[in-house]
Amino acid sequence: MRDQRRGPLASVGLHTTLVIASAVAVFPPLWLVVTSFKPKSEAFSTDVVKNPTLGNYRHVLGDTEFLTWFGNSLFIVVITTILGVFIAATTGYAVSRFRFPGMRPLMWLLLITQMFPVAILIVPLYNIMSTLGWLNQPISLIVTYLTVAVPFCAWMMKGFFDTIPVEIDESGRVDGLNPFGTFWRLVVPLAKPGLAVTAFYTFITAWAEVAYASAFMTGEDNLTLAAGLQTFVNQYTSDWGSMTAAAVMIAIPAALVFSWAQRHLVAGLTAGATKS
Amino acid sequence: MAVDTSRPLDPAAGAKGARGRIRNAGTPPRSRIRNALARHWYAWAMVAPVVIVIGLIIGYPLGRGLYLSLTDANEANVERTIGVNHIPATYKNVGLDNFKAILDDQVFWDRLGWTVTWTVCCVALTFSIGLGLAVLLNRRFAGRTLYRSLLILPWAVPAFVSVFAWRLLYNEKNGILNKVLEGGGIDAVPWLNDPTMAKASVIAVNIWLGVPFMLVALLGGLQSIPGELYEAAEMDGASPWQRFRHITLPGLRSVSSTVILLSTIWTFNMFPVIFLLTRGGPGDATEILVTYAYRLSFVNSPRDFAGASAWGVLILLILMLFAVVYRRSLRKQGEVW
Repeated sequence: MRDQRRGPLASVGLHTTLVIASAVAVFPPLWLVVTSFKPKSEAFSTDVVKNPTLGNYRHVLGDTEFLTWFGNSLFIVVITTILGVFIAATTGYAVSRFRFPGMRPLMWLLLITQMFPVAILIVPLYNIMSTLGWLNQPISLIVTYLTVAVPFCAWMMKGFFDTIPVEIDESGRVDGLNPFGTFWRLVVPLAKPGLAVTAFYTFITAWAEVAYASAFMTGEDNLTLAAGLQTFVNQYTSDWGSMTAAAVMIAIPAALVFSWAQRHLVAGLTAGATKS
Repeated sequence: MAVDTSRPLDPAAGAKGARGRIRNAGTPPRSRIRNALARHWYAWAMVAPVVIVIGLIIGYPLGRGLYLSLTDANEANVERTIGVNHIPATYKNVGLDNFKAILDDQVFWDRLGWTVTWTVCCVALTFSIGLGLAVLLNRRFAGRTLYRSLLILPWAVPAFVSVFAWRLLYNEKNGILNKVLEGGGIDAVPWLNDPTMAKASVIAVNIWLGVPFMLVALLGGLQSIPGELYEAAEMDGASPWQRFRHITLPGLRSVSSTVILLSTIWTFNMFPVIFLLTRGGPGDATEILVTYAYRLSFVNSPRDFAGASAWGVLILLILMLFAVVYRRSLRKQGEVW
């Protein structure tokens, strides 16, 4: 943040590095977008776009189950995000503000759940879901994603609440609010950046999860986007045109959520993940 | 009465609480429980959802996974329902046989070796690149916000979409990478079809995916280092490298330790990149422990539930061992968490 003078050479070096890095960061998704507008037969041509066409989009929207998958994913993700943010926020607040028996083990538990490989949970979860009759039901994925996203989010929210002065809680108490009231009316509004980051993280986790979605959901109608996209390019078929068009449409909601949360990302993560 | 619970979280207050409890030691246990409930029920109510969710959805499956790893369960002998017929489970306990078989098998050690290489390469490079870019972006100059937005863009794209984008670039016959090389007169590179190249390729993609998170976290950390420290150092004639070494790195320590730990755990368990990019191939050159365990239970036939669970238990043990060692080494350096 210092205001310092740089020689022209240093300046050129700085910008060159950043331009190259930005190009590397942007190129793969950009190329995906470009390819999606090419006619099927030219999916691999290196020309930028010779005869742009919406054919791929028309095909994906009209002739495949894409919209069903999109709806499935959206439903699962929205519910997961709402529940996830709420649960992570209350937990984060409790471990940030209260000293209570069981707090330390809880903090450890939140960290350790990060370590659980998909491999150990997926078989038992698959069996449980099948016993409950939840296979192919959105609820199986909602519950599973909550367990994936919430521990990290709670950890992040704790760090975030730590940066909000305790005096605010005290003033709330003086005004006769109970801890829930203080939390809900005073602290939550101040924690919006943290909540935005949590929401973004939960959203991305659920929107992009592959392993559970591929294992729990079968049958064209029940797939989520992550599993559905695989059907375009697999061992037997490679319909790159449809794949790219679908991929672009999958990325759009994520990009929207991202641009909404972006303002808060740096502030939120600074306070959150980094301080934990 | 409940006001007591909302004591702010600072060490002094915690210590007071502890002393208070000792003073209460003479009261009968039941009223102690009632006391604790009265004091802490707000806190407990707030963490209850997480505890319940973790307990039911992670605790129970974990216990069950541990149990399955000690059996010979597979697709053919677990409890299942075919039409109206209910077939009870017929698998039996085999003790530690699964673990013995895995540890005796070279496959496990090969996979472990590659998983460790993969994790170390990915985390080290992601961290260095993230740190380098964060340091550059932490200065004042025109276009800073634009660069930052572009650099964290990969984060906005769902990982599996990016992976498919990379498959498009890597395509051996027609991908743009090889077309560009061809233009320069270089032979096509079998990005995903040669064991060594495939390994390098999956690492590259994972770094590409991981840098934005590192960048944002480290940028946050950099911004919390007071500028006066740098000014003072500059006055004392410290070179840029010395300033980086003695101010930036120590200032970032708590951020770094957290992101390195998390990203090590995440990379070790990184499923989608390898599963979608190469399916573990060519052969099983890029198969890490997690994708291999997944293959055992969901791709191979018959599905080997017991074997996959045993692999899962081993992965978990390795990670916990790592976390304990890592935490201990941080403690030695004076980190508290």
